[in-house]
Amino acid sequence: MPILQPIGRTFIAFLGAAGRLTIFAFMAIMHSFRPPFYPRLVIRQMMAVGYYSLPVVGLTAIFTGMVLALQSYTGFARFSAESAIPNVVIVSITRELGPVLAGLMVAGRVGASMAAEIGTMRVTEQIDALYTLSTNPFKYLVAPRLIAGVVTLPILVLIADIIGVFGGYLVSVYKLGFNPATYIANTVDFVQVQDVVSGLVKAAVFGFLVTLMGCYHGYHSRGGAQGVGTATTNAVVSASILILCFNYFITELFFAQ
Amino acid sequence: MNEPTPLKQTPKIQIRGLRKVFGDKVILDGVDLDVGSGESVLVIGGSGSGKSVLLKCILGLLHPDSGSILVDGQEVVGLYGSALEEVRSKFGMLFQNAALFDSLPVWENVAFGLIQGKGMKRAEAKAVALEKLASVGLNADVAELSPAELSGGMRKRVGLARAIAGNPEIIFFDEPTTGLDPIMGDVIDRLIVSCVKELGASALSITHDMASARRISDRIAMLYKGKIIWSGPTASIDSSDNPYVEQFINGNSEGPIQMQVRSL
Repeated sequence: MPILQPIGRTFIAFLGAAGRLTIFAFMAIMHSFRPPFYPRLVIRQMMAVGYYSLPVVGLTAIFTGMVLALQSYTGFARFSAESAIPNVVIVSITRELGPVLAGLMVAGRVGASMAAEIGTMRVTEQIDALYTLSTNPFKYLVAPRLIAGVVTLPILVLIADIIGVFGGYLVSVYKLGFNPATYIANTVDFVQVQDVVSGLVKAAVFGFLVTLMGCYHGYHSRGGAQGVGTATTNAVVSASILILCFNYFITELFFAQ
Repeated sequence: MNEPTPLKQTPKIQIRGLRKVFGDKVILDGVDLDVGSGESVLVIGGSGSGKSVLLKCILGLLHPDSGSILVDGQEVVGLYGSALEEVRSKFGMLFQNAALFDSLPVWENVAFGLIQGKGMKRAEAKAVALEKLASVGLNADVAELSPAELSGGMRKRVGLARAIAGNPEIIFFDEPTTGLDPIMGDVIDRLIVSCVKELGASALSITHDMASARRISDRIAMLYKGKIIWSGPTASIDSSDNPYVEQFINGNSEGPIQMQVRSL
């Protein structure tokens, strides 16, 4: 059965990888809740994930808000529905674009650096050295990153939401001639708690996914510089795909009737 | 062939029938080895003979497929979690390339096991770290440097200081002189001997540098094709009457050990 063999082999390899990842995730979560904790490291990671990502995420958000307002205008003007622009901007940003774009940006910035750092530690035996110094790498390396990701990304997305809406406001008011007060009033009237909350829940999940992928691929990297390079690529690609998949399912959870 | 440990008490480490397989490659095929209390045992063997795998099995970094490893009479194979961490706290290890944490300054590397593993105060741990650095011949200026700024010999010294910082009962040395010039190799060997003696620790080393092997060990065991094929006091290695050992210590490419090299 030479046709079935590669299919079976691929399937078994897939199941193996899924199992390894599940065990890794389980261990990582378990160690995040058990002492000893490393608050110093958590804060350092929160700076890396959140604070230093602000410029990138802020720029992404403002241009997204701007283009959203501009595109909606060109489309809606045909039906004389320009007044719906504030509503479109706020809903798109808070529900979808804020969390997804911030997640993808952080995956590229932070997920990659985590995979490269932990991967290098793996290939230079620093992870083995941690074990011999009575320190569990899951507690020392993985847990602080996961905690930082889950806690920081919602904050980052909240800021991105505000900046994104501001981008829409800038274009609408200064380019499309909207009344500033009306624009803000429309935005505030239309936004619902659920829109923002669903976006923040997404952000927390994405923060978990990005840091988990970074740590997982770094931890399992092997074979020197090339292995670390592969781990970094895999971390970013898998985190990005998982973000888009989970985005759909969380949306369905919140909004499908 | 494998002589029992010369000391009468329970061996510090007792390995019996250790087997480790990667895929279809048998790396360790029933290794028996004892390390007595206060004894310095050295395992020699060619590249890829499984020396590092042996060390990693004892440290619990790799899980052997079968066999037993007793540390102070306690079975290590199958231990996990806090029980394994407790056994590991008896160990110190000097890695081949020192494996220093490059995100931390030198002194924090040395104090790492004390701060993270044993919960010592940072200031107190730093004092111990400086003392340990002094004992390997490094002064306080080096303590503030980052590991990336150090030369190979200095990295090894820092690695040694880190390995002995927690006053371990057993120290492992993974090719301590690899990548060093012969003089620095001798310096590191002397430091290893004096540190081990001072702590009264047992030592298990792996190397293929015969000059270093003669300097740091009491007893030598040779690993070949996954088994210990010879073991005896270091002084008797030249009269082993074992063709494998003779070929190895003389560095001869002709003999019973066939290196897998494709001819051109």
